[in-house]
Amino acid sequence: MKRTAPITLALLLSAALIAPAGAQELSGTLKKVKETGTFTVGYRESSIPFSYLDDKQQPIGYAMDLCMKIVDAVKAELKLPNLKVSLQPVTSSNRIPLLQNGTIDMECGSTTNSVKRQEQVWFGPTYFVINVTAAVKKNAGINALADLNGKTISTTSGTTSVPLIKSYEKTKSINVKEIYGKDHAESFLLLADDRAAAFIMDDILLAGQIANSKSPADYKILPESLRQEPYSMMIRKDDAQFKALVDKTVGGVMKSGEIDKLYAKWFMNPVPPKGLNMNFPMTPAIRDAFKNPNDKGVQ
Amino acid sequence: MKLSIFLEQLPDEGIAWWQNLASGLGWTLGTAFFAWIIAFTLGSIVGVVRTTDKRWLVRIGDAYVELFRNIPLIVQFFVWYFVVPNVVPAVKAWVIAADPTEFQFVTSIVCLGLFTSARIAEQVRSGIQSLSTGQRNAGYAIGLTQVQTYRYVLLPMAYRIIIPPMTSEVMNLIKNTSVAFSIGLVELFFRTREMAEMTFRYFEAFTAATLIYMVIAMSANRIMAIIERRVAVPGYITGGK
Repeated sequence: MKRTAPITLALLLSAALIAPAGAQELSGTLKKVKETGTFTVGYRESSIPFSYLDDKQQPIGYAMDLCMKIVDAVKAELKLPNLKVSLQPVTSSNRIPLLQNGTIDMECGSTTNSVKRQEQVWFGPTYFVINVTAAVKKNAGINALADLNGKTISTTSGTTSVPLIKSYEKTKSINVKEIYGKDHAESFLLLADDRAAAFIMDDILLAGQIANSKSPADYKILPESLRQEPYSMMIRKDDAQFKALVDKTVGGVMKSGEIDKLYAKWFMNPVPPKGLNMNFPMTPAIRDAFKNPNDKGVQ
Repeated sequence: MKLSIFLEQLPDEGIAWWQNLASGLGWTLGTAFFAWIIAFTLGSIVGVVRTTDKRWLVRIGDAYVELFRNIPLIVQFFVWYFVVPNVVPAVKAWVIAADPTEFQFVTSIVCLGLFTSARIAEQVRSGIQSLSTGQRNAGYAIGLTQVQTYRYVLLPMAYRIIIPPMTSEVMNLIKNTSVAFSIGLVELFFRTREMAEMTFRYFEAFTAATLIYMVIAMSANRIMAIIERRVAVPGYITGGK
């Protein structure tokens, strides 16, 4: 008995080492999900077509489709086919605190992956690349960002557009007044009501708001770009186990080419609830992100 | 906890975060001050109107109070900021011509002023009605008109009675200014959120805001307590010092 003990121990140890990933000790998000039996996805209410509510008040979108693949992977990983998936609306301002305090386990919306944010949270692979620019009314005679000098612009508080427009003002020595909406629909309303001359935001979100407006033909998006930014799903920081699962799942969708179908579904075809069509062909930057899945943040 | 964050500069603006919060505090106090003037004036008028013997005036006063008291404050902010300009052409013209900050400031003052006035009106009414009818009749008996009876007999007593609930209203008003962030007014709560979002120092930013709100609300409380003591009539209110 005494002599077999070390051998048993060694056997146990080696069994632990060669055990498949599923059997390793759970940590972070996966551990929490296993213990609570619930996985909470944070979604946005009006980030069309990434994450928004349809006519049945259900969150849908490109990011939601990708995130549901991750949810499926979590179910398979934890062997919990009946895992409860709850959906929690978040805003630009509360998405990071809610992720950090555990209210949500993953945020699926239109969140810019920046180096600064990476001090607080981690990101999955980049699934979209946008340009920050301005939507204006066609009849306003604004053809470049510099034409906004002396005008009022709207933007959504809590987004990366706010510091961008401030530094643009400084480098080009122009002066604009900013007013803030609390979400994109509100910021766009300020433009639609002529209370702001331009709405500064990510080009795809502007395209979404325009497609959704009463008269889409009245608006245009300026070709200039304040900055290119990668979008990705947010997960909690220092959670390597969950991050590996997210990277593997989303990377797999990208490598297999399934992403092309998803892209076409949400950006090149009419989307519910109103049959809006973004008509937003894949840019080279997006194509590149799909070819080489990465989570590089913008400075 | 990193207190030095308050001394750090904002990107591209040449001021430190504590100065940004201080400018927010200025807007908060300014909004609360002007809104209080509206609330106290309108609230007193409506409160008095609801205790007169004119039935139709009482009805109008009741309707006013129920309208502003039954709609959530944040909804009222949205109505004033987004709906009113679109249904009243004159307001719309002014909105487009005016400085956007100015419009946010005026909207906040009007919205908070009217919201709080409904609550003040309710207190003024209850203050007057808490007096025995003999007081009113005594006023009429010595030949005072209705206006004089209110001015010299009823209101001096009613206001003294309602100072404690009115103190709560002043404190509520100061705290309610934070809802103005929803229409983009750059008051203390807006600046706090901005600081938290840009520095990711949520704990520091919101702790600072908590302390600042507590200090100003408690100052208001103390000031009202001093007023209460100054105007007290010895022996008038039971338990009064």
